[in-house]
Amino acid sequence: MINSSRYWVQRSTATSRLGAVLGIILLAVFISVPYWGGRAEMHLLVEVFYILALAQLWNLLAGYGGLVSVGQQAFLGFGGYMLFIFSIHVGVGAVWTVPLAGILGALISLPVAFLVFRLRGHYFAIGTWVVAEVFMLIFAQIIALGGGSGASLPVSVVRSIASSRSVREATIYWVALAVVVAVIVVIYLLLRSRHGLALTAIRDSEEASRSLGVDNFRAKLMVYIFAAFGTAAIGALIFLTKLRISPAAAFDINWTTTVIFIVVIGGIGTIEGPIIGTIIYFLLREPLADYGSWYLILLGSTAVLIMLKAPQGIWGLISERFELRFFPVQRQLRWTVNDD
Amino acid sequence: MIEWVNIVLQGILTGGLYALFAAGLAIIFGVMRLVNITHGDLIVLSAFVAMVAIDVIGFNPFISLVVVLPIMFVFGYILQRSILNFTLGDDLLPPLLVTFGLSIVIQNLLLQIFSADSQRIKAGSLEILSIQLYENLSVGVFPLIVFIVAVFIIIGLQYLFSNTRIGRAFRATSDDAVTAQLMGINDRHIFSLSMALALLVVGIAGLFVGISTNFDPSAGPSRLLFAFEAVIMGGLGSLWGTLAGGIILGVSQNIGAKLDPGWQILAGHIAFLIILVFRPNGLFPRMRDD
Repeated sequence: MINSSRYWVQRSTATSRLGAVLGIILLAVFISVPYWGGRAEMHLLVEVFYILALAQLWNLLAGYGGLVSVGQQAFLGFGGYMLFIFSIHVGVGAVWTVPLAGILGALISLPVAFLVFRLRGHYFAIGTWVVAEVFMLIFAQIIALGGGSGASLPVSVVRSIASSRSVREATIYWVALAVVVAVIVVIYLLLRSRHGLALTAIRDSEEASRSLGVDNFRAKLMVYIFAAFGTAAIGALIFLTKLRISPAAAFDINWTTTVIFIVVIGGIGTIEGPIIGTIIYFLLREPLADYGSWYLILLGSTAVLIMLKAPQGIWGLISERFELRFFPVQRQLRWTVNDD
Repeated sequence: MIEWVNIVLQGILTGGLYALFAAGLAIIFGVMRLVNITHGDLIVLSAFVAMVAIDVIGFNPFISLVVVLPIMFVFGYILQRSILNFTLGDDLLPPLLVTFGLSIVIQNLLLQIFSADSQRIKAGSLEILSIQLYENLSVGVFPLIVFIVAVFIIIGLQYLFSNTRIGRAFRATSDDAVTAQLMGINDRHIFSLSMALALLVVGIAGLFVGISTNFDPSAGPSRLLFAFEAVIMGGLGSLWGTLAGGIILGVSQNIGAKLDPGWQILAGHIAFLIILVFRPNGLFPRMRDD
């Protein structure tokens, strides 16, 4: 009796096909919000979009690249300042500074990587924090950008986006939506590519991936540069909504703290995790806004508890229990056995 | 000329305080390869404990250590035994993210209890006493005490690690926890003791930092960064290295402050980055960093 079996690799799942349809419907709804939504809802959604995009980028760094950075605010603040420099002093259209800040952020991440990649493991984390402090202290010294007290975006620059307030707010909303969609799509495609396979291998075991010929350093560097690109672009976007920048606000560690809690609680090392984490973060924020630091204490202890008891996070628990995968980046082996 | 001698001298004395910050971090990294992001917040926590103890007892700040040190020792042991031991392993994420989360929790609890007001521990005349070394050159008595205490603590820790039973247990567990267990050492207990020991040093550092500068609940992270920079500049795992690293940091900050007040902290960070480029393993490397 000969067993001839047919094997194939399956990637999409029933949920992922359903998810794709839902995703397209959701995207259409989000695109249409400026036509029917209120100003407050749009404002909140812009914040949700950029926090989610930051969370996805940090998750890519830490969850896949094993690069636990607590200094991403270096690139966020840098991007914010690029908005001010290029829109005020060079005359670049404010919206165009978003991609420009991304490119410059990617460029500045090269010398930063040269420094922090010398630090292994745990010390890498604190090294990135030092770099963020250095960025803050340097920008605080630049008098043309308002020094330590910061600067406001002139009315002329704001007007140049669009003359009417509603068009301006809609434009910023769509830019924010475009940024978060682009970040998620690029990360999804990256993880499905052979680079993603390399990253997943590194996440699971650095030694084993190296033994299989993965260039760990190159893969990590690529992820680091891409995260810097995205984070700096988002920085420009954030300060385009805030219209005011100061070194303390731009290079605030809380940007990274928020994102870390979101990713850890939602589920590190998955694309769905940061989405769940962001939803939870914003759902809890409104009712707990009056409790100030108790909210951070709650988030911090929840993150600690999850790291200790269920390190795969809330999404990890859900997907394990129900076998759900909306963003299938893993490959599953299927086979049929023919008995002849 | 004498002005620069003065600047360097004051920097060296500040370096003693930074070495105290760093020694605690070096101990726990040395024994269990754990990098504790709450380290700075624990220094600030102990400054607050000292402040409360002084307010309650009501006399000399140094006596407050009788209360502060046992509290920090027990707190360190419980922290390690009940939480941090469960994060140790091959995966880098749990220890980093757990200590990061704890850091935010401690900062915000301190904020709730003590408010965001800047605090300072009063040490009476000790704050202003100084010794005239030369014309226009004098050193404060308190910074000198801090420096001398730091040197003695490092000598003591060095002795403890090389010549005592518990020191051997620390080193054995650090080298190979599994084999150490076979020899009858309880590695969980040893890890917890090393954290308790680190927090004794933190307790002393907290009192000193409370006397020498203003502090508030958000002051922890910058202490962590100074400690970290001193450890890396000195060379991982070397206790004397932390003193060297602390001194480099203190001197470069003082030189930076002399050039421009806004450059004080930046100059320290830049000195760290320069050493990172040219001597990535620090000046006195002892242990492999993995």
